[in-house]
Amino acid sequence: MRGSRKPAIVATAVATALTIAACSSSSSSSSSSTGASSSSSSTTKVTLTWWNNGNTQPLLGVWQTVAAQFHASHPNITISINPIQSDLFVTKMPIALKSDNPPDIFQQWGGGQEATQFTSGKLANLSSLTSSWISELGTAAAGWQVNGQQYGIPYDQHVVGFWYRKDLFAKAGITSPPTTVAQLESDDAKLKAAGITPVAVGGGSRWPDAFYWEYFAVRECSQSDLQSAIKAINMSAPCFSKATQDLSAFMATNPFQGGFNATQAQTGAGSSAGLLANGKAGMELQGDWETSVVPALTANKNIISELGWFPFPQVPGGAGNPSAVLSGGDGFSCTTGAAEPACAEFLQYIDSTPVQEMLVQKAGIGLPANSTAESVLTNPALQAAAKAHDTAAYAAVYFDIAFPTNPGQALDNAIADYFAGKGSNETIINSVSSSSGH
Amino acid sequence: MARTQSAAAAAGRDLLSRPAEAGATRPRSRRRLRKAVELTLLLGPPVGLFVGFVIVPMIFAAWYSLYNWNGFGPLTDFIGFQNYSGVLTGPVFHQALLHNVIIALLSVAIQLPISIGLALLLNRRQHGRTFLRLAVFAPFVLSEATAAVMWYELLQPGGPVDALLKGVGLGGLIHYWLASTSLVLYTVFVVATWKYIGFGTVLLLAGLQGIPPELREAAAIDGATPWQATRTITLPLLGPTIRIWIFLSVIGALQLFDLVWIMTQGGPANASSTMLTYQYVNGVERTQWGYGATVSVVLFVISFVFALVYQRYALRRDTAGAVTRAVV
Repeated sequence: MRGSRKPAIVATAVATALTIAACSSSSSSSSSSTGASSSSSSTTKVTLTWWNNGNTQPLLGVWQTVAAQFHASHPNITISINPIQSDLFVTKMPIALKSDNPPDIFQQWGGGQEATQFTSGKLANLSSLTSSWISELGTAAAGWQVNGQQYGIPYDQHVVGFWYRKDLFAKAGITSPPTTVAQLESDDAKLKAAGITPVAVGGGSRWPDAFYWEYFAVRECSQSDLQSAIKAINMSAPCFSKATQDLSAFMATNPFQGGFNATQAQTGAGSSAGLLANGKAGMELQGDWETSVVPALTANKNIISELGWFPFPQVPGGAGNPSAVLSGGDGFSCTTGAAEPACAEFLQYIDSTPVQEMLVQKAGIGLPANSTAESVLTNPALQAAAKAHDTAAYAAVYFDIAFPTNPGQALDNAIADYFAGKGSNETIINSVSSSSGH
Repeated sequence: MARTQSAAAAAGRDLLSRPAEAGATRPRSRRRLRKAVELTLLLGPPVGLFVGFVIVPMIFAAWYSLYNWNGFGPLTDFIGFQNYSGVLTGPVFHQALLHNVIIALLSVAIQLPISIGLALLLNRRQHGRTFLRLAVFAPFVLSEATAAVMWYELLQPGGPVDALLKGVGLGGLIHYWLASTSLVLYTVFVVATWKYIGFGTVLLLAGLQGIPPELREAAAIDGATPWQATRTITLPLLGPTIRIWIFLSVIGALQLFDLVWIMTQGGPANASSTMLTYQYVNGVERTQWGYGATVSVVLFVISFVFALVYQRYALRRDTAGAVTRAVV
């Protein structure tokens, strides 16, 4: 889940000046496949090391169950789980993929980040091993391809939209969610008049700021403009500058909480998700993972049922398809080696309907990669989010994931600077193409 | 006769000397062997660790810094000193370096006088001295991560700090402590001061304990006021401790990371960045490991040059005979 992909606090970050060299010269992979060759039909026993980001409940327990059940039906394949906090993948994966002993399966967010990892030569091409069933995922799997080949498999998808407090909207006299930015701004004014902070944003975490600019770009740019920009790592098309203008106009209405530049996204009651959870803000632009984040941030047991969802409003005159959504997802990659067939088999198992339904019911996942499992969704807000995703003309992957890591992060930083009152349209637009200049 | 005697004496010396010499050779070689074994046993592990964990990574960092490398695959894209020109000419790095320098200067200008004052106070015999010493030292015992999380929560808008200010009638002073680009660096400095003041105080207290009380007593008998005794006797004799504290404080300021990263991630808009948050953002998060290594090397050179210059000019007297001259 992206919800735990970028938590605010990295307590374990190392502070010495020479850390990079020290870490890079070592190998950190703990174990790897023990079999020489494998598949479920093979009699050779194989152990697959699995690095995933389910380091907290409920996902931690669900993955343990999945591994145990898979082993029960495939006695020759044992899954050795190694849950790792999401942020640590940034530092662990380069080192692991450089070593001779990388994990057999690891967390993969696809897009440009996957393409960056692909340069290690250690990512297994799963195309032929998954060709018999990958079509069941529809277009979802495309985000995990590099050069048209499947180097990762998603297990869920995400969609970004506005989560709002139905009770606070009612208190402010808002009868239905806004569908245009003008309506959103007018609703903000109503919330303010009722003494409610309209929108919470986790500016201290930087990536939530980027959602705003990216959504304005999705509304202003045509699909081909978006695709060309990602491919060429160049955002010189005029629609991107329009996105900055839209953002600037929106920010001029002061929709956010005071001191939003230092607010973390998901850590503690003072985070943007915490403000929404505790009724201190009317809404927040976040991914569908919000429902798995907020319960831990408030004593309100009914918080999930008090939240509603609406898609990012329309921008009049924009060239983007009105139904387009900002999206992403979680998945896994396999590393090259003898265990590839067993790994592909395990990923197929994860995308099977029973496991996907378990992820929805027990891990709070809103958009399973296998959309058949959406039938067990019961939360109306999540159903709305899933519907918006499934009926969208196209889904634009969050730009920091779609671009290779370096320009993606540079863009996040440039947008966050803009939110903090530093920088300009040019610094945002040029951030990706001049990302080597820092 | 005399000749005979002297010849016999010479012969006797000769006779005596042989076994004596033979006897002396064995212990000397044994001593030499023992010394070699001792040196190997005592110095081997630390030298091995130092070489393995300091020297070798430094060489690797310097090597990586010459490449454009995203951390995956082999080093192939050699770019010479391009990373260095990128770091040294980048305005964001300049800003980060300036922040390190500001923190270092503020440490010396503000933390040092406070530490000296607290050390002088806590050195006096008074009720509750042990408790006060503990209270001052307690924040230093906390890890930086714990302190940072705690202060992050305390400094939230409308949080306990704001409530306290409001409660004592200073509501007008309330600001967005961590969100204001003009204030955030100083907020971080105040938290760092809270965290490290105990360390300075304890260090200086140890220095004060080493000053013989007779000196102040003699001065008092000669009619010196307590302030005169402090100014002319205590502080000059505390000099070596103060100079060591300044050294540690400046190096600590140059390497500031954990506290800042957890509280602000160097933001908003780099307003509280340090060289190490710059390195983390641009090297690690953006997977530009060659570039990150370059920042490491630059930081190392800055720290090393400061250490050398400071050792040469400020610590020379304090370390005379220990570092600057070979021990015979």
